[in-house]
Amino acid sequence: MNYQFKWSVLWSGQSGVWLLQGLITTVEISALAWVLAAALGILSGALRTVPWKPARALATSYVEFFRNVPLLVWMFFWYFGVPPLLPRAIQDWIFNHGAEFWAGMFALGVYHGARMSEVIRSGIQAIPRTQFEASVAMGLTTFQAYRLVIVPIALRLIVPPATSESLNLLKNSSVALTISVAELTFQTRQIETYTAKAIEALTAGTVIYLVLCVGIAAIMARVERRFAIPGLIARGG
Amino acid sequence: MLDFGVIVSNFRFLIVQGLFGLGGFAGGTLRLAIPAIALGFVLGIFIGLARLARSRWLSLPATLYVEFFRGVPLVMVIFWIWFIIPQLLRLPIPEYGVALTAFVIFEAAYFGEIVRAGIQSVPRGQVEAATAVGLTGAQTMRFVVLPQAIRNMVPALVTQMIVLFKDTSLASIIGYVDLTKAAQIVNNREIKPFELYLFIAIVYFIFTYSMSRFARRFERRPTAA
Repeated sequence: MNYQFKWSVLWSGQSGVWLLQGLITTVEISALAWVLAAALGILSGALRTVPWKPARALATSYVEFFRNVPLLVWMFFWYFGVPPLLPRAIQDWIFNHGAEFWAGMFALGVYHGARMSEVIRSGIQAIPRTQFEASVAMGLTTFQAYRLVIVPIALRLIVPPATSESLNLLKNSSVALTISVAELTFQTRQIETYTAKAIEALTAGTVIYLVLCVGIAAIMARVERRFAIPGLIARGG
Repeated sequence: MLDFGVIVSNFRFLIVQGLFGLGGFAGGTLRLAIPAIALGFVLGIFIGLARLARSRWLSLPATLYVEFFRGVPLVMVIFWIWFIIPQLLRLPIPEYGVALTAFVIFEAAYFGEIVRAGIQSVPRGQVEAATAVGLTGAQTMRFVVLPQAIRNMVPALVTQMIVLFKDTSLASIIGYVDLTKAAQIVNNREIKPFELYLFIAIVYFIFTYSMSRFARRFERRPTAA
Protein backbone atom coordinates (compact mmCIF):
# COMPACT_ATOMS: atom_id res chain seq x y z
CA MET A 1 0.00 0.00 0.00
CA ASN A 2 1.44 3.26 -1.09
CA TYR A 3 -0.58 5.77 0.88
CA GLN A 4 0.80 9.03 2.23
CA PHE A 5 -0.91 9.83 5.50
CA LYS A 6 -1.48 13.51 6.15
CA TRP A 7 -3.56 13.91 9.27
CA SER A 8 -3.22 17.68 9.26
CA VAL A 9 -5.93 17.85 6.57
CA LEU A 10 -8.40 17.40 9.40
CA TRP A 11 -7.59 20.70 11.06
CA SER A 12 -6.09 22.78 8.27
CA GLY A 13 -8.37 24.72 5.96
CA GLN A 14 -12.09 24.20 6.19
CA SER A 15 -12.13 20.61 7.41
CA GLY A 16 -12.46 21.30 11.12
CA VAL A 17 -15.37 23.66 10.58
CA TRP A 18 -17.06 21.16 8.26
CA LEU A 19 -16.75 18.36 10.78
CA LEU A 20 -18.19 20.55 13.50
CA GLN A 21 -21.07 21.68 11.29
CA GLY A 22 -21.70 18.08 10.30
CA LEU A 23 -21.75 17.00 13.93
CA ILE A 24 -24.19 19.77 14.82
CA THR A 25 -26.50 18.89 11.92
CA THR A 26 -26.38 15.20 12.84
CA VAL A 27 -27.30 16.00 16.44
CA GLU A 28 -30.05 18.42 15.36
CA ILE A 29 -31.71 16.13 12.85
CA SER A 30 -31.45 13.17 15.24
CA ALA A 31 -32.83 15.09 18.22
CA LEU A 32 -35.83 16.45 16.30
CA ALA A 33 -36.49 13.07 14.67
CA TRP A 34 -36.18 11.41 18.07
CA VAL A 35 -38.90 13.64 19.53
CA LEU A 36 -41.17 12.81 16.59
CA ALA A 37 -40.32 9.10 16.85
CA ALA A 38 -40.94 9.02 20.60
CA ALA A 39 -44.31 10.75 20.23
CA LEU A 40 -45.43 8.49 17.37
CA GLY A 41 -43.99 5.44 19.10
CA ILE A 42 -45.71 6.04 22.43
CA LEU A 43 -49.01 6.87 20.74
CA SER A 44 -49.05 3.94 18.34
CA GLY A 45 -47.45 1.55 20.83
CA ALA A 46 -50.19 2.32 23.38
CA LEU A 47 -52.93 2.15 20.74
CA ARG A 48 -51.78 -1.33 19.75
CA THR A 49 -52.70 -2.62 23.20
CA VAL A 50 -56.03 -0.88 23.82
CA PRO A 51 -59.22 -2.94 23.92
CA TRP A 52 -60.65 -1.30 20.78
CA LYS A 53 -60.06 -3.01 17.46
CA PRO A 54 -60.10 -0.08 14.95
CA ALA A 55 -57.42 1.76 16.96
CA ARG A 56 -55.28 -1.38 17.09
CA ALA A 57 -55.69 -1.95 13.36
CA LEU A 58 -54.74 1.64 12.51
CA ALA A 59 -51.65 1.59 14.71
CA THR A 60 -50.61 -1.83 13.42
CA SER A 61 -50.82 -0.79 9.79
CA TYR A 62 -48.71 2.31 10.50
CA VAL A 63 -46.06 0.24 12.25
CA GLU A 64 -45.92 -2.60 9.75
CA PHE A 65 -45.84 -0.44 6.66
CA PHE A 66 -43.30 2.10 7.83
CA ARG A 67 -40.80 -0.17 9.49
CA ASN A 68 -40.80 -2.78 6.72
CA VAL A 69 -39.61 -0.43 3.98
CA PRO A 70 -35.99 0.80 3.80
CA LEU A 71 -35.32 4.19 5.34
CA LEU A 72 -33.56 5.26 2.14
CA VAL A 73 -36.76 4.71 0.17
CA TRP A 74 -38.66 6.80 2.71
CA MET A 75 -36.08 9.57 2.40
CA PHE A 76 -36.57 9.68 -1.38
CA PHE A 77 -40.31 9.40 -0.97
CA TRP A 78 -40.67 12.33 1.43
CA TYR A 79 -38.09 14.49 -0.30
CA PHE A 80 -38.76 13.86 -4.00
CA GLY A 81 -42.18 12.23 -4.03
CA VAL A 82 -44.40 14.25 -1.72
CA PRO A 83 -43.53 17.95 -2.25
CA PRO A 84 -44.59 18.05 -5.95
CA LEU A 85 -48.09 17.03 -4.85
CA LEU A 86 -48.40 20.01 -2.53
CA PRO A 87 -49.80 23.40 -3.62
CA ARG A 88 -47.29 25.65 -5.37
CA ALA A 89 -47.05 28.20 -2.53
CA ILE A 90 -46.24 25.55 0.07
CA GLN A 91 -43.66 23.98 -2.27
CA ASP A 92 -41.87 27.30 -2.70
CA TRP A 93 -41.91 27.88 1.03
CA ILE A 94 -40.50 24.43 1.79
CA PHE A 95 -37.69 24.70 -0.74
CA ASN A 96 -36.71 28.08 0.64
CA HIS A 97 -36.53 26.69 4.17
CA GLY A 98 -34.16 23.74 3.90
CA ALA A 99 -36.50 21.14 2.44
CA GLU A 100 -33.91 18.35 2.60
CA PHE A 101 -33.41 18.79 6.32
CA TRP A 102 -37.13 18.68 7.09
CA ALA A 103 -37.85 15.83 4.70
CA GLY A 104 -34.93 13.89 6.19
CA MET A 105 -36.06 14.63 9.73
CA PHE A 106 -39.60 13.59 8.92
CA ALA A 107 -38.53 10.36 7.18
CA LEU A 108 -36.24 9.47 10.08
CA GLY A 109 -38.86 10.27 12.71
CA VAL A 110 -41.74 8.43 11.06
CA TYR A 111 -39.60 5.37 10.30
CA HIS A 112 -38.16 5.14 13.80
CA GLY A 113 -41.53 5.95 15.34
CA ALA A 114 -42.74 2.66 13.88
CA ARG A 115 -39.74 0.84 15.32
CA MET A 116 -40.05 2.60 18.67
CA SER A 117 -43.69 1.55 18.73
CA GLU A 118 -42.65 -2.10 18.88
CA VAL A 119 -40.37 -1.40 21.83
CA ILE A 120 -43.12 0.39 23.71
CA ARG A 121 -45.73 -2.23 22.90
CA SER A 122 -43.51 -4.99 24.27
CA GLY A 123 -42.95 -2.85 27.39
CA ILE A 124 -46.69 -2.44 27.89
CA GLN A 125 -47.31 -6.14 27.32
CA ALA A 126 -44.70 -6.95 29.95
CA ILE A 127 -46.85 -5.18 32.55
CA PRO A 128 -49.22 -7.60 34.30
CA ARG A 129 -52.77 -7.22 33.02
CA THR A 130 -53.90 -6.78 36.64
CA GLN A 131 -52.35 -3.29 36.73
CA PHE A 132 -54.80 -2.16 34.08
CA GLU A 133 -57.71 -3.97 35.72
CA ALA A 134 -56.88 -2.46 39.10
CA SER A 135 -56.75 1.03 37.56
CA VAL A 136 -60.13 0.58 35.93
CA ALA A 137 -61.55 -0.88 39.16
CA MET A 138 -60.44 2.26 40.99
CA GLY A 139 -62.53 4.30 38.58
CA LEU A 140 -59.97 5.50 36.05
CA THR A 141 -61.05 5.67 32.43
CA THR A 142 -59.01 3.71 29.86
CA PHE A 143 -57.25 6.91 28.82
CA GLN A 144 -56.41 7.80 32.42
CA ALA A 145 -55.22 4.27 33.13
CA TYR A 146 -52.81 4.51 30.20
CA ARG A 147 -51.65 8.02 30.98
CA LEU A 148 -51.18 7.60 34.72
CA VAL A 149 -50.31 3.94 35.19
CA ILE A 150 -49.50 1.87 32.11
CA VAL A 151 -47.36 4.24 30.03
CA PRO A 152 -45.22 5.53 32.93
CA ILE A 153 -44.42 1.99 34.06
CA ALA A 154 -43.75 0.88 30.47
CA LEU A 155 -41.37 3.79 29.87
CA ARG A 156 -39.32 2.76 32.90
CA LEU A 157 -39.23 -0.85 31.73
CA ILE A 158 -38.02 -0.11 28.22
CA VAL A 159 -35.00 2.10 28.90
CA PRO A 160 -32.43 -0.44 27.56
CA PRO A 161 -34.17 -1.35 24.27
CA ALA A 162 -35.26 2.26 23.75
CA THR A 163 -31.64 3.34 24.13
CA SER A 164 -30.41 0.94 21.50
CA GLU A 165 -33.24 2.04 19.21
CA SER A 166 -32.32 5.70 19.78
CA LEU A 167 -28.72 4.92 18.85
CA ASN A 168 -30.00 3.25 15.68
CA LEU A 169 -31.80 6.49 14.90
CA LEU A 170 -28.60 8.48 15.41
CA LYS A 171 -26.62 6.14 13.15
CA ASN A 172 -29.39 6.06 10.55
CA SER A 173 -29.34 9.85 10.30
CA SER A 174 -26.33 9.24 8.04
CA VAL A 175 -28.75 8.01 5.36
CA ALA A 176 -29.90 11.64 5.02
CA LEU A 177 -26.74 12.35 3.07
CA THR A 178 -28.51 10.79 0.07
CA ILE A 179 -30.87 13.77 -0.04
CA SER A 180 -27.87 16.08 0.57
CA VAL A 181 -28.46 16.96 4.19
CA ALA A 182 -25.04 18.24 5.28
CA GLU A 183 -24.69 15.93 8.27
CA LEU A 184 -21.56 14.25 9.56
CA THR A 185 -21.15 11.56 6.89
CA PHE A 186 -21.84 14.12 4.17
CA GLN A 187 -19.13 16.41 5.55
CA THR A 188 -16.73 13.48 5.83
CA ARG A 189 -17.27 12.82 2.13
CA GLN A 190 -16.79 16.50 1.42
CA ILE A 191 -13.40 16.55 3.16
CA GLU A 192 -12.44 13.46 1.19
CA THR A 193 -13.46 15.15 -2.05
CA TYR A 194 -11.49 18.32 -1.32
CA THR A 195 -8.33 16.78 0.12
CA ALA A 196 -8.32 13.31 -1.51
CA LYS A 197 -7.41 11.93 1.93
CA ALA A 198 -10.03 9.24 2.34
CA ILE A 199 -8.59 7.39 5.32
CA GLU A 200 -8.11 10.50 7.44
CA ALA A 201 -11.56 11.87 6.65
CA LEU A 202 -13.33 8.56 7.28
CA THR A 203 -11.41 8.02 10.49
CA ALA A 204 -12.53 11.40 11.79
CA GLY A 205 -16.18 10.69 10.99
CA THR A 206 -16.03 7.16 12.40
CA VAL A 207 -14.42 8.28 15.65
CA ILE A 208 -17.05 10.99 16.16
CA TYR A 209 -19.87 8.47 15.65
CA LEU A 210 -18.22 6.00 18.02
CA VAL A 211 -17.75 8.63 20.72
CA LEU A 212 -21.38 9.77 20.36
CA CYS A 213 -22.74 6.22 20.54
CA VAL A 214 -20.53 5.00 23.36
CA GLY A 215 -21.14 8.23 25.30
CA ILE A 216 -24.91 8.05 24.99
CA ALA A 217 -24.89 4.36 25.91
CA ALA A 218 -22.87 5.13 29.05
CA ILE A 219 -25.24 7.93 30.10
CA MET A 220 -28.27 5.75 29.48
CA ALA A 221 -26.82 2.93 31.57
CA ARG A 222 -26.91 5.36 34.52
CA VAL A 223 -30.43 6.47 33.62
CA GLU A 224 -31.47 2.84 33.50
CA ARG A 225 -30.21 2.23 37.05
CA ARG A 226 -31.86 5.42 38.25
CA PHE A 227 -35.28 4.57 36.78
CA ALA A 228 -35.30 0.83 37.36
CA ILE A 229 -38.41 -0.18 39.25
CA PRO A 230 -37.19 -1.77 42.49
CA GLY A 231 -37.98 -5.45 42.71
CA LEU A 232 -39.40 -5.60 39.19
CA ILE A 233 -36.40 -5.73 36.92
CA ALA A 234 -33.97 -8.56 37.27
CA ARG A 235 -30.85 -6.90 35.94
CA GLY A 236 -29.19 -9.26 33.50
CA GLY A 237 -25.44 -9.72 33.79
CA MET B 1 -51.93 14.15 -11.89
CA LEU B 2 -50.73 10.81 -10.58
CA ASP B 3 -49.81 8.43 -13.34
CA PHE B 4 -49.17 4.86 -12.33
CA GLY B 5 -48.73 3.89 -15.98
CA VAL B 6 -45.05 4.66 -15.42
CA ILE B 7 -44.85 1.52 -13.27
CA VAL B 8 -46.35 -0.65 -15.99
CA SER B 9 -44.08 0.68 -18.74
CA ASN B 10 -40.95 0.25 -16.60
CA PHE B 11 -42.02 -2.88 -14.75
CA ARG B 12 -39.48 -5.11 -16.47
CA PHE B 13 -36.55 -2.84 -15.66
CA LEU B 14 -37.61 -2.33 -12.04
CA ILE B 15 -38.28 -5.97 -11.25
CA VAL B 16 -36.03 -7.99 -13.57
CA GLN B 17 -33.06 -5.64 -13.27
CA GLY B 18 -33.63 -3.94 -9.94
CA LEU B 19 -34.97 -6.76 -7.84
CA PHE B 20 -33.48 -9.88 -9.46
CA GLY B 21 -30.41 -8.40 -11.16
CA LEU B 22 -31.00 -10.24 -14.43
CA GLY B 23 -30.77 -7.25 -16.78
CA GLY B 24 -27.90 -5.48 -18.49
CA PHE B 25 -26.30 -4.14 -15.28
CA ALA B 26 -24.59 -6.23 -12.64
CA GLY B 27 -27.13 -5.42 -9.97
CA GLY B 28 -30.18 -6.73 -8.18
CA THR B 29 -31.43 -6.49 -4.62
CA LEU B 30 -31.87 -10.25 -4.18
CA ARG B 31 -28.50 -11.05 -5.76
CA LEU B 32 -26.91 -8.93 -3.06
CA ALA B 33 -29.18 -9.73 -0.11
CA ILE B 34 -29.11 -13.53 -0.26
CA PRO B 35 -25.31 -14.06 -0.25
CA ALA B 36 -24.92 -11.21 2.27
CA ILE B 37 -27.35 -12.92 4.65
CA ALA B 38 -25.68 -16.33 4.25
CA LEU B 39 -22.09 -15.11 4.59
CA GLY B 40 -22.94 -12.60 7.33
CA PHE B 41 -24.54 -15.37 9.37
CA VAL B 42 -21.56 -17.71 8.93
CA LEU B 43 -19.11 -15.00 10.00
CA GLY B 44 -21.51 -14.11 12.81
CA ILE B 45 -21.42 -17.68 14.17
CA PHE B 46 -17.64 -17.48 14.48
CA ILE B 47 -17.83 -14.06 16.13
CA GLY B 48 -20.53 -15.17 18.54
CA LEU B 49 -18.54 -18.28 19.50
CA ALA B 50 -15.35 -16.24 19.85
CA ARG B 51 -17.08 -13.83 22.24
CA LEU B 52 -17.97 -16.75 24.47
CA ALA B 53 -14.54 -18.35 24.26
CA ARG B 54 -12.66 -18.81 27.52
CA SER B 55 -9.47 -17.46 25.99
CA ARG B 56 -9.12 -13.69 26.17
CA TRP B 57 -7.20 -13.72 22.89
CA LEU B 58 -10.42 -14.77 21.20
CA SER B 59 -13.09 -13.05 23.25
CA LEU B 60 -11.51 -9.60 23.44
CA PRO B 61 -11.04 -9.02 19.68
CA ALA B 62 -14.54 -10.40 19.04
CA THR B 63 -16.01 -8.04 21.63
CA LEU B 64 -14.17 -5.07 20.15
CA TYR B 65 -15.34 -6.08 16.67
CA VAL B 66 -18.97 -6.17 17.77
CA GLU B 67 -18.82 -2.94 19.77
CA PHE B 68 -17.04 -1.12 16.95
CA PHE B 69 -19.45 -2.05 14.18
CA ARG B 70 -22.50 -1.49 16.34
CA GLY B 71 -21.32 2.05 17.07
CA VAL B 72 -20.81 3.10 13.45
CA PRO B 73 -23.39 3.76 10.71
CA LEU B 74 -23.53 1.26 7.87
CA VAL B 75 -23.14 4.08 5.36
CA MET B 76 -19.76 4.85 6.92
CA VAL B 77 -18.67 1.19 6.62
CA ILE B 78 -19.69 1.14 2.95
CA PHE B 79 -17.55 4.21 2.29
CA TRP B 80 -14.63 2.67 4.17
CA ILE B 81 -14.70 -0.46 2.03
CA TRP B 82 -15.25 1.59 -1.09
CA PHE B 83 -12.11 3.67 -0.52
CA ILE B 84 -9.87 1.20 1.26
CA ILE B 85 -10.09 -2.03 -0.71
CA PRO B 86 -8.99 -0.50 -4.04
CA GLN B 87 -6.10 1.16 -2.15
CA LEU B 88 -5.05 -2.10 -0.52
CA LEU B 89 -5.40 -4.36 -3.52
CA ARG B 90 -4.40 -1.72 -6.06
CA LEU B 91 -7.17 -2.76 -8.41
CA PRO B 92 -10.68 -1.48 -8.96
CA ILE B 93 -13.43 -3.53 -7.29
CA PRO B 94 -16.94 -3.62 -8.79
CA GLU B 95 -19.73 -2.12 -6.70
CA TYR B 96 -21.09 -5.59 -6.08
CA GLY B 97 -17.88 -6.70 -4.35
CA VAL B 98 -17.72 -3.52 -2.27
CA ALA B 99 -21.34 -3.75 -1.18
CA LEU B 100 -21.19 -7.47 -0.39
CA THR B 101 -18.00 -7.07 1.66
CA ALA B 102 -19.41 -4.13 3.60
CA PHE B 103 -22.69 -5.90 4.40
CA VAL B 104 -21.02 -9.14 5.48
CA ILE B 105 -18.53 -7.37 7.75
CA PHE B 106 -21.13 -5.03 9.24
CA GLU B 107 -24.02 -7.46 9.72
CA ALA B 108 -21.75 -10.18 11.13
CA ALA B 109 -21.44 -8.04 14.27
CA TYR B 110 -25.23 -8.12 14.72
CA PHE B 111 -25.53 -11.81 13.81
CA GLY B 112 -22.72 -12.50 16.29
CA GLU B 113 -24.71 -10.93 19.10
CA ILE B 114 -27.75 -13.04 18.21
CA VAL B 115 -25.67 -16.21 18.18
CA ARG B 116 -24.13 -15.32 21.53
CA ALA B 117 -27.52 -14.61 23.12
CA GLY B 118 -28.90 -17.84 21.66
CA ILE B 119 -26.08 -19.93 23.09
CA GLN B 120 -26.35 -18.22 26.46
CA SER B 121 -30.05 -19.02 26.53
CA VAL B 122 -29.26 -22.75 26.75
CA PRO B 123 -29.24 -23.71 30.44
CA ARG B 124 -25.83 -24.45 31.93
CA GLY B 125 -27.07 -27.83 33.15
CA GLN B 126 -27.30 -29.02 29.55
CA VAL B 127 -23.57 -28.55 29.08
CA GLU B 128 -22.81 -30.22 32.40
CA ALA B 129 -25.04 -33.17 31.54
CA ALA B 130 -23.37 -33.50 28.13
CA THR B 131 -19.95 -33.48 29.74
CA ALA B 132 -21.13 -36.00 32.33
CA VAL B 133 -22.17 -38.48 29.64
CA GLY B 134 -18.73 -38.14 28.08
CA LEU B 135 -19.10 -35.77 25.13
CA THR B 136 -16.12 -33.61 24.20
CA GLY B 137 -16.43 -29.83 24.07
CA ALA B 138 -16.94 -29.78 20.30
CA GLN B 139 -19.46 -32.62 20.48
CA THR B 140 -21.38 -30.81 23.23
CA MET B 141 -21.55 -27.71 21.06
CA ARG B 142 -22.61 -29.66 17.98
CA PHE B 143 -25.14 -32.11 19.39
CA VAL B 144 -26.49 -30.40 22.50
CA VAL B 145 -25.99 -26.64 22.63
CA LEU B 146 -26.30 -25.47 19.00
CA PRO B 147 -29.50 -27.38 18.13
CA GLN B 148 -31.27 -25.78 21.09
CA ALA B 149 -29.61 -22.39 20.62
CA ILE B 150 -30.56 -22.14 16.95
CA ARG B 151 -34.19 -22.80 17.82
CA ASN B 152 -34.13 -19.91 20.27
CA MET B 153 -32.38 -17.66 17.77
CA VAL B 154 -34.83 -18.01 14.89
CA PRO B 155 -37.06 -14.99 15.60
CA ALA B 156 -34.11 -12.64 16.16
CA LEU B 157 -32.32 -14.08 13.12
CA VAL B 158 -35.27 -13.46 10.83
CA THR B 159 -35.60 -9.91 12.19
CA GLN B 160 -31.94 -9.31 11.39
CA MET B 161 -32.40 -10.76 7.91
CA ILE B 162 -35.22 -8.28 7.34
CA VAL B 163 -32.97 -5.46 8.51
CA LEU B 164 -30.23 -6.62 6.15
CA PHE B 165 -32.66 -6.93 3.27
CA LYS B 166 -33.76 -3.34 3.81
CA ASP B 167 -30.17 -2.19 4.27
CA THR B 168 -29.20 -3.44 0.82
CA SER B 169 -30.93 -0.33 -0.52
CA LEU B 170 -27.89 1.60 0.74
CA ALA B 171 -25.76 -0.10 -1.92
CA SER B 172 -27.39 2.30 -4.36
CA ILE B 173 -25.30 5.09 -2.79
CA ILE B 174 -22.16 3.75 -4.45
CA GLY B 175 -24.00 3.13 -7.72
CA TYR B 176 -24.99 -0.51 -7.39
CA VAL B 177 -28.15 -1.00 -9.47
CA ASP B 178 -30.56 -2.51 -6.97
CA LEU B 179 -34.29 -1.87 -6.73
CA THR B 180 -33.79 1.60 -5.24
CA LYS B 181 -31.22 2.63 -7.85
CA ALA B 182 -33.43 1.24 -10.62
CA ALA B 183 -36.27 3.46 -9.40
CA GLN B 184 -33.89 6.43 -9.33
CA ILE B 185 -32.78 5.71 -12.91
CA VAL B 186 -36.37 5.47 -14.13
CA ASN B 187 -37.27 8.60 -12.18
CA ASN B 188 -34.48 10.61 -13.80
CA ARG B 189 -36.11 9.90 -17.14
CA GLU B 190 -39.80 10.00 -16.25
CA ILE B 191 -39.91 12.40 -13.24
CA LYS B 192 -42.60 10.45 -11.41
CA PRO B 193 -41.05 10.25 -7.92
CA PHE B 194 -44.24 9.70 -5.92
CA GLU B 195 -45.44 6.76 -8.01
CA LEU B 196 -42.03 5.13 -8.36
CA TYR B 197 -40.89 5.37 -4.74
CA LEU B 198 -44.28 4.27 -3.48
CA PHE B 199 -44.13 1.29 -5.82
CA ILE B 200 -40.70 0.12 -4.64
CA ALA B 201 -41.80 0.71 -1.03
CA ILE B 202 -44.59 -1.78 -1.68
CA VAL B 203 -42.21 -4.27 -3.31
CA TYR B 204 -39.86 -4.09 -0.31
CA PHE B 205 -42.84 -4.38 2.01
CA ILE B 206 -44.10 -7.57 0.35
CA PHE B 207 -40.75 -9.27 0.97
CA THR B 208 -40.08 -8.02 4.49
CA TYR B 209 -43.63 -8.47 5.72
CA SER B 210 -43.82 -12.07 4.54
CA MET B 211 -40.50 -12.74 6.25
CA SER B 212 -41.82 -11.30 9.51
CA ARG B 213 -45.02 -13.37 9.23
CA PHE B 214 -42.84 -16.43 8.82
CA ALA B 215 -40.86 -15.50 11.93
CA ARG B 216 -44.01 -15.03 13.96
CA ARG B 217 -45.16 -18.54 13.10
CA PHE B 218 -41.93 -19.83 14.59
CA GLU B 219 -42.41 -17.84 17.76
CA ARG B 220 -45.80 -19.31 18.37
CA ARG B 221 -44.76 -22.91 17.81
CA PRO B 222 -44.24 -24.44 21.23
CA THR B 223 -40.65 -25.47 21.76
CA ALA B 224 -40.00 -28.94 23.08
CA ALA B 225 -39.11 -28.67 26.73
